[in-house]
Amino acid sequence: MSTVVLLLVTGLGLGALYFLVASGLSLIYGLMGVLNFAHGSFLTIAAFLGWEVGRRVSDGTWWGLALSAMVGLAVGAIVAAATEYLLIRRLYERHIEQALVTVGLSLATVALFEGIWGTDPIYTQKPEWLAQTTEILGAKIPNDRFLLIACALVVLGGIVLFLRRTRYGLIIRAGVENRSMVMALGIDVRRSFTIVFAIGGAAAGLGGVLASVYYGYVSAHLGSVLLIFAFIVTVIGGLGSLTGAAIASVLVAVLQQFANFYLGGTGDLVVVVALAAVLLVRPRGLMGKVA
Amino acid sequence: MSEPILRVAGLFGRIGGQQVVEDVSFDVPATGVTALLGRNGVGKTSTIKSILGLIDRSGGMHLGGTRIDRMPTHRIVQLGVGYVPEDREVFGSLTVAENLRLAERDAAPRREFIQRLFPDIHDRRAQRAGTLSGGQQQMVSLARALVNENRLLLVDEPTKGLAPRIVDEVAEALAEAARTVPILLVEQNLHVIRRLAERVVVLSGGRVVFTGEASDLLDDEDRIQRFLGVHDATDPHDTAAGSTR
Amino acid sequence: MNQQLTDAPAPARPSAPAPEASGRRPLVLAIGGVALVAALATLPLLAIEIPGVLPGPTYTPGTLQLLAYAMLIAALALSYRMMFGLAGLLSFGHALFFAAGAYGLGMTLNVFAPAEWSSGLVFAVSIGVTLVLGIVLAATVGALALRVTGISFAMVTLAFAQAGSVLIRRNPGSATGGDEGLSLDITNVPEGLVGVVNTRNLYWMALAVLVFVYLVVLWVERSRAGHVAEAARENELRVRVIGIRPYSVKLLIFIVASVLAAVAGMGYLLLQSGASPRIATADFTLTLLVIVVLGGVGYRWGAIVGGIVYTLLDQRLTALAGSDFIAGLPAVLRVPLSEPLFILGTLFILVVLFLPGGIAGIPQRIRSGRKQHPVEAEEATDA
Repeated sequence: MSTVVLLLVTGLGLGALYFLVASGLSLIYGLMGVLNFAHGSFLTIAAFLGWEVGRRVSDGTWWGLALSAMVGLAVGAIVAAATEYLLIRRLYERHIEQALVTVGLSLATVALFEGIWGTDPIYTQKPEWLAQTTEILGAKIPNDRFLLIACALVVLGGIVLFLRRTRYGLIIRAGVENRSMVMALGIDVRRSFTIVFAIGGAAAGLGGVLASVYYGYVSAHLGSVLLIFAFIVTVIGGLGSLTGAAIASVLVAVLQQFANFYLGGTGDLVVVVALAAVLLVRPRGLMGKVA
Repeated sequence: MSEPILRVAGLFGRIGGQQVVEDVSFDVPATGVTALLGRNGVGKTSTIKSILGLIDRSGGMHLGGTRIDRMPTHRIVQLGVGYVPEDREVFGSLTVAENLRLAERDAAPRREFIQRLFPDIHDRRAQRAGTLSGGQQQMVSLARALVNENRLLLVDEPTKGLAPRIVDEVAEALAEAARTVPILLVEQNLHVIRRLAERVVVLSGGRVVFTGEASDLLDDEDRIQRFLGVHDATDPHDTAAGSTR
Repeated sequence: MNQQLTDAPAPARPSAPAPEASGRRPLVLAIGGVALVAALATLPLLAIEIPGVLPGPTYTPGTLQLLAYAMLIAALALSYRMMFGLAGLLSFGHALFFAAGAYGLGMTLNVFAPAEWSSGLVFAVSIGVTLVLGIVLAATVGALALRVTGISFAMVTLAFAQAGSVLIRRNPGSATGGDEGLSLDITNVPEGLVGVVNTRNLYWMALAVLVFVYLVVLWVERSRAGHVAEAARENELRVRVIGIRPYSVKLLIFIVASVLAAVAGMGYLLLQSGASPRIATADFTLTLLVIVVLGGVGYRWGAIVGGIVYTLLDQRLTALAGSDFIAGLPAVLRVPLSEPLFILGTLFILVVLFLPGGIAGIPQRIRSGRKQHPVEAEEATDA
């Protein structure tokens, strides 16, 4: 029983990380049709800069972590918005080329990060409480899992509120469903592209800082590893669906944890099989719009 | 005649590299309803979409003297164009109220006017548009265009697939709108065309083959047969396209 | 509508010969191609030096090894272009088949050696077994992945490739060598293909693989299947209407491209005397995508030029990164310039933004003096 609880909560924690990356990916694809390969780099740069600022102020304290998180959010949002504005927008409506530019950006930035911060992981400090465990139903759960879950819930709530309560949220929801009709109502939908990138980038940036807490290190490849799973989550959940991304994040991560433990470390394979199975049975994903 | 509101000269349109509108030229007068007619698949919808820049297009187009052929869609619409697309294209996951709110461009949108014109829609404000009937969705689509003051309405097959009673309602709403704003109307239902249209433009194979007063075409059974491929049915609700419902 | 259906299947590709020259031009091209292959074949016998591009004279093993590697990557890119450029199938799993060729042959040679057979026979049969495995794998993955289209297709292929990559790294039964990679068991490999002294033979083998792949690709593109695939990329509905199932044609193209990748993979195994798990990763497929776009999607020889330019650039930039010149620069310049992938990635972005036809499109651009986007038609189904 305690093992099941541990796997479940750890899965939820990992799912929280996946969600922070996948939410942006899904919204960006849903609204703009762009498959953003640079999303992992938004996460990595935010993790590095968050760590650089955090450790200079006070390493291993709550205050330092909070500052890192703020820096991560801001860096992710700014870098993502700049990417949209400077690169993606120039290739308006040419989706393949837009995806190619993000591929190039991801290759170039990962190499740049390696040049600046080296190829080896850099181990990070975290507040003492996060390194301890809490016992739930006999399972010793590392406390950082709770932080991850809480942050992902806050982000989910924030994005949902934004989408439901603001004019731009309305435009984004409508645009995901039928972008050309939004334009035909006299709305410059491009402005919301930058906003979606900024939101997705901010979530990924926060994800970067939290990933460095979860894994205990930062590295140039932090984003690339999470990105593949985030892609899988996005597709399983249904491209463009925030709810789908949330559900699929949890499903994928929990499945991965259980398979790793009970099926001899086959978590990655099981996830891949799950993706193939979902796509073949239901090509638009769990909650995706009809293609 | 006064200056036309829309002037289309040598319009070409492409979808996926394929020519769908070929050297189309016509004017839309500043008042009344101009019907854009032709058999299925001759490029009527593509012409409307070309005017709005929803598909790749080239050629000269002026809206009340402003050149619009290089403008992005949203700018053209902001000049005062209302668009009611084929198949309604309401946002199914949004509520009726959200659909209308999204469409409001003017500082003082005509909400009371819409409420009076479509009371049924007003009662269903909180309902998701995707759960409405086809007729109700068409009302939402019309309301989205009529909520603003427009200089021109582009209305694409508003009665397609609707029950006869709803067809009358739609025609009534369009007649009401036509008193204040010129309309370019794509329509298959001859009864509706007879009721609304003052002028007609007939397309065939992506080109204009006839332009003139509506009566010149509609009183000539032979022309109707030749241009539209239908006999003028005695049943006023028999649609030329063969409605689905 | 009817009239449009009976039109020519698709607009002529930029690489197609101009109509007015259609009589003589293919012949000139064919002669030019043969001459080029002949010139490349004599390189190991010559001592040509291109400072800054090649590490040494062309007869030295180091240079031959690099050129052979570049040609194999070009062959692989050519097979990828056939799928992406011709049939419009954006696969993120092409590396899987390259790895299947390399690991398949390596593992077969390791386990399959009946004592009574001569080593030449074992080698030939191993290649045959690997090809069959490649066809089966390609048919399975293709049949499943092609049930979905667009981005979903890309994701299913990515998923399969990721599964392959994970399997190789996990080293089941010590068969793949895990992260260390697989080393080639040379017991049954013909002597002429083993060792540094025989690098020139390996070079000729790589050239042969490239020519073979090119000819197969050419044959497929000129065939009815190729025309249908091209037409289906532009407008799937139109192909359906004339009564052809695009699925079967796409599957055929997918299988042929994948098996060609496996052939290139076998060449890679022999050339490198082993295989590293890097060749099965999604990053490796992304590199192929970069190569094809860099060279020019609209052009067959673009993939070859892209493959060779990319490999040489990668190698030379790595050498540059370690040079004294770079070490003496201030950090702002030194750090980016010492990362080859940073430069290649940036170059790639610039090509996508400003040079839509890729390297191979440059002559066309100069001639016509206007922009063109060979991949643009891709979007037609998406709109």
